[in-house]
Amino acid sequence: MSSEAVHADRAHPSYVRIYLALLVLLAISLLGPMFGHPIVTLVTAFGIAIVKATMVAAYFMHLNIEERYVWYILFVMLGFVLVMFAGIAPDVMLPAGQNWLHLPITPPAPPVHH
Amino acid sequence: MSMPAPAHGAAVAHAPESFWSRYVFSTDHKVIGLQYMFTGMAMALIGGFMAYVFRMQLAFPGQSVPLYGLVTAREYNALITNHGSIMIFWVSMPVLIAGLGNFLIPLMIGCDDMVFPRLNRLSYQIFFVSVVIILISLVVPGGGFGGAWTAYPPLSASAHYNHTPWGAPLWLLAVALEFVAFLLGGINFTVTVMNARAPGMTAMRIPIVVWMIVIASLVFMGSVGPLIAGAVMLFLDQTVGTQFFDPKAGGDPLLWQHLFWFFGHPEVYVVLLPATGVVAEVLTVFARKKLFAYKTILGTAIATGIISFFVWAHHQFVAGIDPRMAHLFTITTLLISIPVAEMLFAFIATLYGGSIEFATPMLWALAFIAEFLIGGVTGIFLGANATDIYLHDTYFVVAHFHYTFFPIAIIGTFAAITYWFPKMFGRRMSETLGKIHFWGTVIPFNLIFIPLFLTGVAGQHRRIYSYENFPQLSTPWLNHLAVIATVALIVMLAFQVVFLVNFFWSMRHGEEVGANPWNANTLEWAAPSPPPHGNFVTMPAVYRGPYEYGVPDRDLDYWPQHVPNQEELPRA
Amino acid sequence: MSHAADVRAHVPIATGRSATGIPTARLAVWWVLASEIVIFGGLIGSYVMLRLHHPHWAEEASHTNTVAGAFNTFVLLTSSLAAVLAHQAAEARNGPRAARFLGLTILGGLVFLMVKSFEWSNEIAHGFTIFRDVFWSYYYVTCGLHGLHVIVGMVIMGIVAADARRGRNLHRVELIGIYWHFVDAVWIFLFPLFYIAK
Repeated sequence: MSSEAVHADRAHPSYVRIYLALLVLLAISLLGPMFGHPIVTLVTAFGIAIVKATMVAAYFMHLNIEERYVWYILFVMLGFVLVMFAGIAPDVMLPAGQNWLHLPITPPAPPVHH
Repeated sequence: MSMPAPAHGAAVAHAPESFWSRYVFSTDHKVIGLQYMFTGMAMALIGGFMAYVFRMQLAFPGQSVPLYGLVTAREYNALITNHGSIMIFWVSMPVLIAGLGNFLIPLMIGCDDMVFPRLNRLSYQIFFVSVVIILISLVVPGGGFGGAWTAYPPLSASAHYNHTPWGAPLWLLAVALEFVAFLLGGINFTVTVMNARAPGMTAMRIPIVVWMIVIASLVFMGSVGPLIAGAVMLFLDQTVGTQFFDPKAGGDPLLWQHLFWFFGHPEVYVVLLPATGVVAEVLTVFARKKLFAYKTILGTAIATGIISFFVWAHHQFVAGIDPRMAHLFTITTLLISIPVAEMLFAFIATLYGGSIEFATPMLWALAFIAEFLIGGVTGIFLGANATDIYLHDTYFVVAHFHYTFFPIAIIGTFAAITYWFPKMFGRRMSETLGKIHFWGTVIPFNLIFIPLFLTGVAGQHRRIYSYENFPQLSTPWLNHLAVIATVALIVMLAFQVVFLVNFFWSMRHGEEVGANPWNANTLEWAAPSPPPHGNFVTMPAVYRGPYEYGVPDRDLDYWPQHVPNQEELPRA
Repeated sequence: MSHAADVRAHVPIATGRSATGIPTARLAVWWVLASEIVIFGGLIGSYVMLRLHHPHWAEEASHTNTVAGAFNTFVLLTSSLAAVLAHQAAEARNGPRAARFLGLTILGGLVFLMVKSFEWSNEIAHGFTIFRDVFWSYYYVTCGLHGLHVIVGMVIMGIVAADARRGRNLHRVELIGIYWHFVDAVWIFLFPLFYIAK
């Protein structure tokens, strides 16, 4: 089977080196908040989380040598999550709304009884 | 890779024999498919009975319902809620996706079983547990859950509000287990179709119904995740007392509505797509004509699946969502009608110039197109935020979604059952009884729901137990309409007896048929009827697309997928 | 049951086919992960939008134990390394070596859970229970769901390791590894969400 052949041929990268790189990134994400700047924290915390997760996916899960469409499958799913977030966040994050007019309530006329 | 024929023949001879291993704990995809189908049909009877009870209450409020008794307001809520839940989660899903998918996919793509037969069995077992739990939830102290199938908090989140301390969590648990079962099943379907196709079965030669089931499984997989997360939160709100959806504590009830409908709307397309697939198969066989625009239909199905992720909030126009978002969701909702309409046009074009035979499956397929069209067109009014604000939660909505779900779950299922019955049991169903059942179902169906469009436009709200308390809305005219709908429902339910008689009688005594009674092309008709354990006597290879009917310069008007180009079928 | 044995003797055809070129079992694992992405995505997405809506959650988040979280990240990364080395050994058809590495991974999971239970009991003892605030509800539910995945992974890994030690079903070493790396990747996001952003 072709994939078996691919497996036998592929040279394993140095997993220990990737692991060490991940640990360095972890250290940076811990040091980030010490600058006390929220943007820096955002980048070191979440930017680095994305880098780390991508490295784990690419090298440990071997997505780098997997069929390309597996990436697409996973990214489409992530895309659905983003769609969900984009659709829900305006309501949950801004429940008071923007530029809403607060009109006085006029009670409806009482029903006419025949 | 092909299996040598003798070894396979031996496997057929050694099919499991005892009742338990053959019918209950079987890993055979056909048995599991029929298990799903029979469970779904049994649940349909329960759901139909619930509809009968609450329709009687609506037509004759406060009077004792035959076979049930007096309906209290709380029972009414529980009946409505569980009617909806059961018909969607325990009838449409198991019959259309799990039942048909299991039965058809391995046969139609030419292999012996699913790629994970034991996972398949596990999926049914989890589903069966969910069936048991939802039935138990109806009889526990406090009664079944009555907060509508959408289970909006705060009503659903606390027994203080819903008065069903057991019913609500059990309902949620059953729904969650059902999701797990269909996630497992969907993964199995997808991997089977991706990997286990017969040699020559390229992507563009896969029958449309298989494509549809796979796309539906993927849409389900992509949309159900947030609701599973939401179900965990709601379950904890109900049982532990967390406040995920309690605004007082910083939670947000609107979040649940969004999580629910993010799944709930794609779910409509999850059940729609397999039904349209069934219709496509039936139309080509009984019009003896190639399916019009195979690739376009496939494209519209994929487009429908993708757009279905962008429309969900049209269920929440009156929930106080951001009006700008409401405009966006209106636009996407109107957009999604384009691919669906295109698909229906392709079906109508398939009929054009065909040699149409009005066999029972074909009647069902044609009825699907006609009835679903009404459902789709009325949906436009509800998808547009301006009109929806008036029509929201009226009987107009009820009539609209029954005009979509009934064609999907009932008409589509009957098309499938009458069409594949010879393959399932090796016998034919009675055409006469089939036609009586068809007309006895479709005519009353319209008489149930056309009146409800009118009561809805007149302003009747769908969640009212008795209109006697609302003099403006219980005029003689509206009451007449409610009675018409209820009588039509009873007539329709009565005609289902014809189907049951036809089904079970034909299983034993119907006319025996060969492998291919409809002269169809797809691979399942190359297997014996009913297919043995392992399906095919010799594993087929595929030489052409599934819809080569009426090819010029050929003696036969059909050209099965597994027949090599040089070889002709022996004349019948 | 003798006929059951006969059925098993029938070599299934479907499972052996691979029209896509990806082995069936691995393809299924990818789909499992795809469905998991949406489940965790739904939970994390809900958390993020409420977090941005409630500024006071930052105050609540400052009570989580960053050191313990960082140590757990380290533990999971290390266990992931062991899992991928197990996969390397399995590809070299060295079952016992693969089983030893899998054992290390399970140990990593165990340490992770121990740290977690230390953390949780400490927090609960200080009054940061699941009822205190919706922030804490999300904290316990999200980490709990993740912890459940860790436990499930450890159980399956135990079964796979027992098989691998006897040289059986070595392809499963890679599959459970992929799942474990996914659980690791989820934690990589949970760590900044609950421990760093304050």
